[in-house]
Amino acid sequence: DDNQMKDPDMASAVAAIRTLLEFLKRDKGETILGLRESLTSATDCLTGVDSSVAVSSGGELFLRFISLTSLEHQDLSRCKKVMEERGELFLEKISMSRAKVAKLCHTFIKDGAKILTHSYSRVVLRVLEKAAAEKKRFSVYVTESQPDAAGRQMAEALRKLNVPVTVVLDAAVGYVLEKVDLVIVGAEGVVESGGIINKIGTYQMAVCSKAHNKPFYVVAESFKFVRLYPLNQQDVPDKFKYKADTLKTVQNLSEEHPMIDYTPPSLITLLFTDLGVLTPSAVSDELIKLYL
Amino acid sequence: MTKEEKQRLRKEKKQQKKNKEKKDDNASQESEKEKKSVSSSSSAPQPPTQPATQKGGSSCCSLKNVHDMVQKVTLILIFPVVKRLPEHIQVDNPDVLKKLAKKLERQQIPLRLDYGYKVSLFSHLHQYSRKAPLTQQLSIPSSVIHPAIVRLGLQYSQGIVAGSNARSVALLHAFKQVIRDYTTPPNEELSRDLVNKLKPYISFLNQCRPLSASMGNAIKYIKKEISNIPSQCKEEEAKGKLLNCIECYINEKIILAAKAIAKYAIEKISDGDVILVYGCSSLVNHILCEAFEKNRKFRVIVVDSRPRLEGREALRRLVQRGISCTYVLISAVSYILPEVSKVFLGAHALLANGYVMSRVGTSQIALVAKAFNVPVLVCCETYKFCERVQTDSFVSNELDDPDDLIVTRKGKTQLEDWQQVPLLGLLNLVYDVTPPDFVDLVITDLGMIPCTSVPVVLRVKNVDL
Repeated sequence: DDNQMKDPDMASAVAAIRTLLEFLKRDKGETILGLRESLTSATDCLTGVDSSVAVSSGGELFLRFISLTSLEHQDLSRCKKVMEERGELFLEKISMSRAKVAKLCHTFIKDGAKILTHSYSRVVLRVLEKAAAEKKRFSVYVTESQPDAAGRQMAEALRKLNVPVTVVLDAAVGYVLEKVDLVIVGAEGVVESGGIINKIGTYQMAVCSKAHNKPFYVVAESFKFVRLYPLNQQDVPDKFKYKADTLKTVQNLSEEHPMIDYTPPSLITLLFTDLGVLTPSAVSDELIKLYL
Repeated sequence: MTKEEKQRLRKEKKQQKKNKEKKDDNASQESEKEKKSVSSSSSAPQPPTQPATQKGGSSCCSLKNVHDMVQKVTLILIFPVVKRLPEHIQVDNPDVLKKLAKKLERQQIPLRLDYGYKVSLFSHLHQYSRKAPLTQQLSIPSSVIHPAIVRLGLQYSQGIVAGSNARSVALLHAFKQVIRDYTTPPNEELSRDLVNKLKPYISFLNQCRPLSASMGNAIKYIKKEISNIPSQCKEEEAKGKLLNCIECYINEKIILAAKAIAKYAIEKISDGDVILVYGCSSLVNHILCEAFEKNRKFRVIVVDSRPRLEGREALRRLVQRGISCTYVLISAVSYILPEVSKVFLGAHALLANGYVMSRVGTSQIALVAKAFNVPVLVCCETYKFCERVQTDSFVSNELDDPDDLIVTRKGKTQLEDWQQVPLLGLLNLVYDVTPPDFVDLVITDLGMIPCTSVPVVLRVKNVDL
């Protein structure tokens, strides 16, 4: 939380990973197993504060990455040093990931394109920045994205880049789709089936763009890949749907509005990640490589 | 082409012909010389000229071989090699039938004849009658085939042992018995002789009922284990090792895999679910029983179809555990699907392009479920993953006894004389193939994967092997 307030441009997952690295450095555990357990409990603690998919996936991937090396040293401090080095490497890699994604995606934005996007996503912002820097002329429609009106934040950021932007109502997505050429959204989590978990309203947008035959692109960094496999909206665990404070205070969740929804892979055209441009069915391949 | 070019081509062709004739002559000369040299070497004194000609002959021979190979290679480059189709789907080709008959004669196994009129689309597949099992044509006691295998073949052909897990386990147990009773003949190595002994058994079982994909993988594994036995290993030790391997295989790939799959599947079953199952899959029944024991509240709808009516067995097993069930026939599937929250299907095999091969009727259920937006989950162990690729249910399938479709209702048997009606064919298919777009999730012992990731699993497994 501290970290996030200092740098609003950093994703919450990256902040979480930085915290975990600090935790690792300060940990005074005696055994590797103890270390791993304390790291897992730290991750749980973090998701308890900010229950987004990215934080949990980022934490798990961080743990996997640092332990995916030979920890056969006799001395525990040497092992810890190795893990810390790998942790720094991981952090460096993911801070470069947004730039990589932007580099891959901006070529898909042609001159004169009209883009539709949903809510406030820093990755999409980065992509559009890059496209504007390449002297491409395009205009953007952003949905307001209630209940937190994050779309207005996105519109402000785009106005600073001198990109013509229009804020539309969430209900006007079907109306505006005939005018747009492509749809780009970010993702809070990419699941095993190749689908995505994102701000509520994304699924609607995906269904409409499929009906209009417009390409639906997703931009996401690889640390957002998570080992979940939802079959439908109901199957997404409650801890991701609602904010952490809501989960703790409210008794009857059926009266709460979910913050995220699940978009199945059949509606997604392509995913742009720092591992490359993937089709939804290739996501499972990458996940098997990352996790197994 | 100009005249000169045509003439040149003609000359080249003539030259090639001449060369061929010369070579044939040479070949016949070589064979004569070789015969002479063999016969002369048996007689005591050898004239001094013979070795010289022999040497000359042998060098000529080697040159000829090289030239032959070069010719063959160029021929292959010009005419691409066609991949051979497996024999069991070429039944309408008389040459293939002749080859099969010869092979079976050599192995001393009787040939099973096809029965009844075959529908033209499926005339490339075998169609046997259950009333004429292969065992009737065998002499008792059979000298070539082990009695455990004879019993197994009879159980397969009569349908006493059915279901891909049951068939594989029965096969492995029969092989264990064979290995226990096996003794290495003198001057033979166990690793080579045992594999040769197994070949006629496998042909016999294939004749009784075509082998399933899971059985094929099990046989490949056993053959590999046998041929990996080191030659200095003593017989008792080798036999013990093999028996142990088979036990491990059954334990890991079938029993433990079922436990792992149940663990993943139970996460997907929530309270208040209405689950649809089709036919009798041992794995799906196991999952449902486990979930019920973990106190999940759900009810099951069992869909059944003629002529096998396997759903009744599944119904019996589930009701015995206390799970509340509903029973419908497959014609009512679109009627009850609005009530259903999930569909669980078993699989006979998962093909390399992501298609699911399962009991006939499965693809129909998957299609209707997709139309109603109900998630379809297929449960399959990794040992049933197959390198084959198939996009339709016609090319490779199994035809069951057509007489099974005859039913007696209210004392009247309508189709009794179906053979007399000239253009009437009864089709009793066993398997069908479901495309991956209709399947939402495949649960394997490695975890939950989308249907399109089957080749990834196969690749990972091959790396392990």
